[in-house]
Formats: sequence, C-alpha cells, structure tokens
Amino acid sequence: MNGFSPSAPDEREGNGNPLLEVHDLTVHHGQLRALDHISLRVFPGEVYAIIGANGAGKSTLLRTIAGLHHPTEGTILFDGKNMTRVRPERRATGGIVMVPEGRRLFGSLTVEENLQVGATYARKGPWTIERVYELFGWMKDRRSQRSEQLSGGEQQSVAIGRALVANPRVLLLDELSLGLAPVIVQRIYAMLPQILATGLTVLLVEQDVSQALQVASHIQCLLEGRTTLEGRPEDVTPQQVEAAYFGLVGAAAPGGLGGIGPPEGAEFAPPESTEQLLCNGSTTSSRGS
Amino acid sequence: MQWVNDIIQGILTGGLYALFACGLSLLFGVMKVINLAHGDLAVIGGYVALGVIAVTHVPVLWSFLIVVPIMAVLGYALQRTVIQAALNRSILTTLIVTFGLSVVIENGLLQFASANSHSLGVNNSIITSSFSIGSQIQVAYLLLLILVVAVVVILGLQYFLSASRYGRLIRAVADDQEAAQMSGVDYRHVFGIAAAIAFGTVALAGIASGLTSQFSPTTGTDTILLFAFAAVVIGGIGSLWGTLLGGIVLGVAQQIGSQINSSDGFLAGYIVFLAVLILRPQGLTGRRAQS
Repeated sequence: MNGFSPSAPDEREGNGNPLLEVHDLTVHHGQLRALDHISLRVFPGEVYAIIGANGAGKSTLLRTIAGLHHPTEGTILFDGKNMTRVRPERRATGGIVMVPEGRRLFGSLTVEENLQVGATYARKGPWTIERVYELFGWMKDRRSQRSEQLSGGEQQSVAIGRALVANPRVLLLDELSLGLAPVIVQRIYAMLPQILATGLTVLLVEQDVSQALQVASHIQCLLEGRTTLEGRPEDVTPQQVEAAYFGLVGAAAPGGLGGIGPPEGAEFAPPESTEQLLCNGSTTSSRGS
Repeated sequence: MQWVNDIIQGILTGGLYALFACGLSLLFGVMKVINLAHGDLAVIGGYVALGVIAVTHVPVLWSFLIVVPIMAVLGYALQRTVIQAALNRSILTTLIVTFGLSVVIENGLLQFASANSHSLGVNNSIITSSFSIGSQIQVAYLLLLILVVAVVVILGLQYFLSASRYGRLIRAVADDQEAAQMSGVDYRHVFGIAAAIAFGTVALAGIASGLTSQFSPTTGTDTILLFAFAAVVIGGIGSLWGTLLGGIVLGVAQQIGSQINSSDGFLAGYIVFLAVLILRPQGLTGRRAQS
C-alpha cells in the first residue's frame, strides 16, 4: 500500500466510536483508478473536510460513500454496520444524505416541492420544512417558485434544505462553493454552526482550501486518489497543506502528522504561493460567478 | 355543414386517440421509455376484458373496474423486471426490448387466441344509439362517452401528478434520478407506480378499442400504436393536454381526409403528423428542447 497510513493513536478516540468508517477504499472509473486504498474515520459531531485539487478523487470518495459508485475494494461502515453493498436510497434513509455537486435540484418542482421530496422518506429528527424556512429567511416567501428559476446560491440553500429535512446523521456536502461567488460561499458556510447545533456530523469535500480549513475540525488531503495529509487544521502548517495539495516533493517538513508520503511520479506543481492558496481562494476564484 | 360534422366527428374520434396515447406519453415523460409494445398491451387489455366478462358476467362498460387493476399490476411487474433491466443498460435497449415484447405478445395472442377478430358488444341501447344536432350531425353516445373518459383520465392524471405525494415523486424522478436517490427515493418503485398508472390507461384504451371497433392480435401495432404515436408527437411529447390536442387534431385530419376521398382518411392524418414533425418537431404544445 502506497502513501499515507493513518496515525495509529487518535486523540479523537475519546469521542466514542466513529460514525462513519471507510477502510482501504479503491474505486475505478473504467481503467482509471480514482481512489487508491483510502481510509478515513469520521466521529460524531465532527466537520471532516476532504481537500484536494481537481481530479484528486474527492467527489468520487463522497459519491462512493453515498452509494453512487461501487468500490472495487474496501468497506464502508456506518454506525458499525457494513453499508458497502447497500443501495443509495437505503443509505439516505439510514442517515447518510448527500448534497450533490452542482445542487441537482428537481428543476421543474417548486422550492417547497423539493423540500417535500426530501422529507418523504425522512428519519425522525429535529429538521422540518418549517425549520429550514427559519434557517434561510428568504425561502418561505419564494416557496412556490420553480427551483430552476433561483440563483446559484439560492439553489444551493434549497439543496442543503432538501438534505436537512431528511434528518441525516451524516451530511455529505460535495463542493458547496462550486460556481458560486465567494461572498455567497461565505454566507452558506456561515450557516454550518446552526446546522451542527442540531447534532449532525458533516463530511465535506471542498476545493477552496481556505474555506475548508476555516470550518473543519479535521482535514484530509487527497492527491491522485491517495491520502497525502491528515490532521486537525490547527496542527498543519500552510507548507504542509501546499505540499500535500500539489504533491511537492520535499517541500514540507517531515514528521508531525504521520508524515507526507509523496506519491509516485508526482511532479512539481505550478509555482503558486501558499499565501494565494490559503488566503484568497485562488483555486476557485477563476470559476466564481 | 358537412365540414362542421367532420370536425365534430374528428373531435369525438380524437378522444379515443387521446386515450390510446396518454399511457405512451406518460411513460415517455417519466422515464424516457418509448414503449413499442404499447398497442399490443392495449390489445391484451381488450382480451382481458373479454375474459373477465365471460367469467364474471360483469356488464361490458363496468369491466374496466377489474381490467384496469389487472393491467396496472402487470405494468408494475413488467416495469420492475423487463423494462427496468433494459433501462439499466441504455435508453436504446428499451426500444429493442419493447419491440421484442411487442413481437412476443402479438405472436403469443395469435397462438393462444387465434387470428379472429373480437369486439366488446354493448347491449345497452342508449350507449349504442346517437343523437342528432340539426339534420346532418349525428353524435354517437359511445364516442362521446369515450371522449369524456379521456378528458377525465387526463384531468385525473394531471391532478395526481401535481398534487399527490407519488405524483411529486414521479416528477422528481423524471427530473433527476440520482438526486431522488439521495433523498431516499427508490426510483425503480416510482417508475413501477408510473408504469402501473400508464397501464391502467392502456387498459381503458383496449376496452375503448373493443367497444368502437374490432380487435385482433395485430391491431396493437397496426392501429393503436401508430395513432397513439401520431397523437403524442402532434401534441407534444410528455404533455398530457398536448396528447388530447394531438388526438383531436389527428381525428379531425382523418375525418376531413376521408371527406375529400373516402380512402384517404389515414393518409391525411399521417400528412399532418409529418407536417408537425417537420415544422414543429416539439409538438403543438411542446417547448423547444433545451440544450
């Protein structure tokens, strides 16, 4: 097995058993190995962020956990139960609910109907359509509008609401920032504490590294389908993140969080400074709208 | 006055065609399946009605109470097995599979029910009679009844799709299957429900076909499927009201065509069908396809 192996003693053990565990997950898209023996453990109440560049395998990982891709190897445990072969909709009703990349609202349905679909097979829990309307103040007045007429940021809010009303135990957020203006992204992430307060656990995938480091309690960096860094945001240096993100050989100080295994054949990335990467979200600004 | 009569007769026939077509339209609208076995399934509905009437002696007009549920169950079963398996491969596979289904049904009926024609005779004299408007226009109660049934079916479907829980799920799945799965919706079950409803309307189409004319094992592809197709395309694919409009336009075109030359009725219908395909491929009520 190549690359990174999780550091054995984990200070998060005190939080009880992990809610979501992924062991040695390998996923192929045709001949391409999109994920190569990825492991992770998400504990209750965490905000676990997967970061990495385009094509690192982040979304594949999330979609595999949601059941939309079939792994060639590895297991997915949810609350101790093996979910690897469970159908996606059963995972959703079991408590693993994803906000998919690109929102994926039901475009011909109204805002309220989108939420009603999300609530159809909901678990019991604190989230109701009314509560979502409280979280996003504008939504109630526009509940009869067709969702395809909303702006990108509004659609993202409806997509989050649609996931929340299912009362997930783990909320999977796939690239919330994609295609949205930075100020809108900030506003959406500002909602996260209110969502977490209801006892949710969040596993998110984010290309905007600075955003991820701000909100996450634990991060894991992927590069070409392998883990290159894992730890608490406060324990990793910008240099380590940069090295893990781009696969820079020898750029990071060894040691610390189990070390960074440079992937085979990794090349030096374009000279983009850590400042840029971490501060102004230059990795997403080119796609912001 | 003759033209007025043609249009009225065309509208009445259009109700029958709309009834033929709305199951086809629904299946395409929800799961993008073009069901080439649609007409044959309507014919099966007719044979089931024959059997039900022979066994239970239920009045012909009330046979739908038994035939519709039987066909709905058949629809759910077929969807969850054969059609879903084809859908899992590709949309094109569903064309081949439903074509194969059509061949199997037709030959199965020839084998077990013979090539003889059957009809569902009504002994009720009111239904078989007609009333006249003025001196030249005769309106058959049976065709009027079928038109009313078609309108009621379309109204009911429209209401079901827009207001009921399953209707909402059907529209959601039609928009985005994967996103529906992420909300815990088993789209295969939802497709099954949609197919059950579509087959329920197919049963009505089969009974209506048996009431208005004769049917034999080949009626399904010879007439019902073709007329249903033409009605759906003229009206606009996936739109239920469009289907009613398409059926009526087809019916009127056929009437006027046969008025011009008694053997040219069907030809006129297909000319209108072709004209719509060329001039307005999205159909009369359809929106332009989004890129």
